[in-house]
Amino acid sequence: MTNSIERHKYDILVIGAGGAGLRAAVEAREAGLKVAIICKSLFGKAHTVMAEGGVAASMGNVNESDNWMVHFRDTMRGGKFLNHYRMAELHAKEAPERVWELEVWGALFDRTKEGKISQRNFGGHEYPRLAHVGDRTGLELIRTMQQRIVALQQKDARDHGDAESFIKVFAELTITDILKDNGKVSGAYGYWRESGKEVLFEAPAVVLATGGVGKTFKITSNSWEGTGDGHALALKAGGNLVDMEFLQFHPTGMVWPPSVRGLLVTESVRGDGGVLTNTDGIRFMFNYIPDVFKDKYADNEAEADRWYNDQANNRRPPELLPRDEVARAINSEVKAGRGTEHGGVFLDVSKRLPSDVIKKKLPSMWHQFYELAGVDITKEAMEVGPTCHYVMGGVEVDPDSAAAVGVPGLFAAGEVAGGMHGSNRLGGNSLSDLLVFGRRAGIGAVDYVKKNGANPVNDATIKSAAEKIEKPFAQTGGENPYSLHQELQEVTHNLVGIIRTRTEIESAIAKIADIRKRAANVTVSGDRQFNPGFHLIFDLDNMLLVAESTAKSALLREESRGGHTRDDFPGMNPNWRQINHISSFDGNQVNVKSQKLPMLPKELFDLFDVHELEKYMTPEEISKGGSN
Amino acid sequence: MARKLNLRIWRGNSTDGGLQNVTVDANEGEVVLDVIHRVQAEQMNDLAVRWNCKAGKCGSCSMEINGKPRLACMTQVASFEEEETITLTPLRAFPVIKDLVTDVSFNYKKAMEIPAYEAPADLKPGEARMAQVDVERSQEFRKCIECFLCQDTCHVIRDHEENKKSFAGPRFFIRIAELDMHPLDMLRNRKQKAQEEHGLGMCNITKCCTEVCPEHIRITDNAIIPMKERVVDVKYDPARWLGSKIRKRDGIL
Repeated sequence: MTNSIERHKYDILVIGAGGAGLRAAVEAREAGLKVAIICKSLFGKAHTVMAEGGVAASMGNVNESDNWMVHFRDTMRGGKFLNHYRMAELHAKEAPERVWELEVWGALFDRTKEGKISQRNFGGHEYPRLAHVGDRTGLELIRTMQQRIVALQQKDARDHGDAESFIKVFAELTITDILKDNGKVSGAYGYWRESGKEVLFEAPAVVLATGGVGKTFKITSNSWEGTGDGHALALKAGGNLVDMEFLQFHPTGMVWPPSVRGLLVTESVRGDGGVLTNTDGIRFMFNYIPDVFKDKYADNEAEADRWYNDQANNRRPPELLPRDEVARAINSEVKAGRGTEHGGVFLDVSKRLPSDVIKKKLPSMWHQFYELAGVDITKEAMEVGPTCHYVMGGVEVDPDSAAAVGVPGLFAAGEVAGGMHGSNRLGGNSLSDLLVFGRRAGIGAVDYVKKNGANPVNDATIKSAAEKIEKPFAQTGGENPYSLHQELQEVTHNLVGIIRTRTEIESAIAKIADIRKRAANVTVSGDRQFNPGFHLIFDLDNMLLVAESTAKSALLREESRGGHTRDDFPGMNPNWRQINHISSFDGNQVNVKSQKLPMLPKELFDLFDVHELEKYMTPEEISKGGSN
Repeated sequence: MARKLNLRIWRGNSTDGGLQNVTVDANEGEVVLDVIHRVQAEQMNDLAVRWNCKAGKCGSCSMEINGKPRLACMTQVASFEEEETITLTPLRAFPVIKDLVTDVSFNYKKAMEIPAYEAPADLKPGEARMAQVDVERSQEFRKCIECFLCQDTCHVIRDHEENKKSFAGPRFFIRIAELDMHPLDMLRNRKQKAQEEHGLGMCNITKCCTEVCPEHIRITDNAIIPMKERVVDVKYDPARWLGSKIRKRDGIL
């Protein structure tokens, strides 16, 4: 049987064709290796296209005071100091190079008056820092990378007679297993979505760049692809996930009509002057400035309004607090009965900017509201509320090489990797993360392959991977995967959503286990050809593992920090700051253990005012002044 | 608020297929893709449809709705009459794989034929300087979400399989125009190549592509016509022809 399977041999297999995957592939090809890129959908459709606001990089084009140290500080503050310091450091240092490189590859960012790349304000960033193209920056990034891949293929066609001799894109293909032989990665197994036919990839190194987990939740800004595939593949291959309790609920998703609930409303609306009000007409964010941010955010409307024109002498408007703060504030307003009839609050930019400027700066927002909600944002307010947007948790990796801890030959970059953003990601730090760590994962994989060489796949390994794909068709009388998915989304939304408590999380864990038991018997109608019901079975299996990791990590963390809010433990606790939660899978269930977070080294510790660090760290940590 | 909606959905594969009637609930504010998903979850689990973002940003859910090329995620159910039956069929210009999913590989082959962007050899990272007004021309074309609705509607290839070989289609004319107008691109003669190698001359500017573009890119007016005009200018004006040979590059004049 194993002889008839379609087989491909590569040096490096990249799973995921968003920003991180494509950047890794470019790096690997330029090092002279053969790379396969796998995407679940068509080439160029990855969720990266949805990124709107921009890519954060301290180029200092708009404010010369910006530099990597300021960006590093902002990132650590945004993540409430739970970030892996080394990832945040590499990210801040390398982001400008990565943005400029896109320009050399043909990207066309918006410009400053001097003709440099323009940069915009965003939540949590001290200076205007986000390189952007209107509000479609992600599309520009993915198209630039896609066209870079095509350019490399055209060169290979000229030099080697075959465009696909070194890089080949396998579109609409699902990977169901990472294969391991002799304790190391040997390849991956999956099937073509179009035909259902199985495919074996032999490759000694695999880069996971599969993005996020949003589809685990009911209200999300993520596309269907965000089903935590890489998270689950890593777990099943023996890897770890770090801090899966931290999920970012973006404060501004659309809330009405129901069909668009969760769709992202870019933070640029607030960066460009949009204000949040409740149904009493009160600009409520002034009531939600946490102590740790009191010196950086304006406590009155007059000062906040002056900031747009004079940033040197005024504090920032509180609408631009990090996303977790704004999401919780909106949630509280709605709970207190000051929300709209559809469960949102108002976001209004029409009073700040003239109509033509709004259409120019926020063209896709204008379009989205006009076409889908019948709202003209140049004349009226939008209705917005929190939506599940991003998972800070992810595969535990070595910061420098992006190598997955515990699985030789496995790498992870972008949203699927954990650690970089701590407990909360700043807007704009996602696109820069993709580029910085996509490249690093490419380099890491190249180095690994050069050092370790090929690792042949054993027939027994293939057999067990193949059986899993065949199973759903062999079963009868089980449930429909669509209804199980909806049930899972209800459980996560209601019990491990934006606000959590012990009893609810415990009930979620029990319910997720029950759904997982029933999902093992799920049945599928129709045949293997382009069958979405069949495809959903594998997505569902992944989402269940992700949900279990999230719920179990959330239960253990008895504090509130960033994207994890416990009603029963409302404060942030410096002792918990020292703890990462590590999820692993024993073949039966997810187990979560605590692990100590590495301490900032002295040179990074010293970048902060010690009085600021006192708000986050224990007196003992402060007295040590960073590790050596 | 909910209403009963009558749909006729094309179901089948590359060898056989036909329209099937189905009745489904539709709620206030829903788009066609929402009701397709409801049909999929409740009545036809294996109904094949492509989609990703459901926000008009990825260009995956292209299909023909009552014969018109559209994105299912941006087509409001409320835009149809109460009693109207909505007919959903796969894109006609491309071979059917299954149900509403077609084989759009033609477009990826054409993308491979368009010469890539060529940066100035001495361009150092961070040193590029471009005026906003100059990048905006190309930015309009870079809004393209590659839904391929323009390719589907273009009559040069819609019912003329034989033209596909020598015709890149509107999506790739705007790609060429984008590079041609790119302030830094160094490759010469993109317009001439569009005319000679990619079939620009076969377009007789009926503007069907512009009409279906969900991003409202003015494909015909801002990309195709300017390129056609300049190709003619350069070809028949000896001074311009000579100029194009001497200057570093023949950008937009």
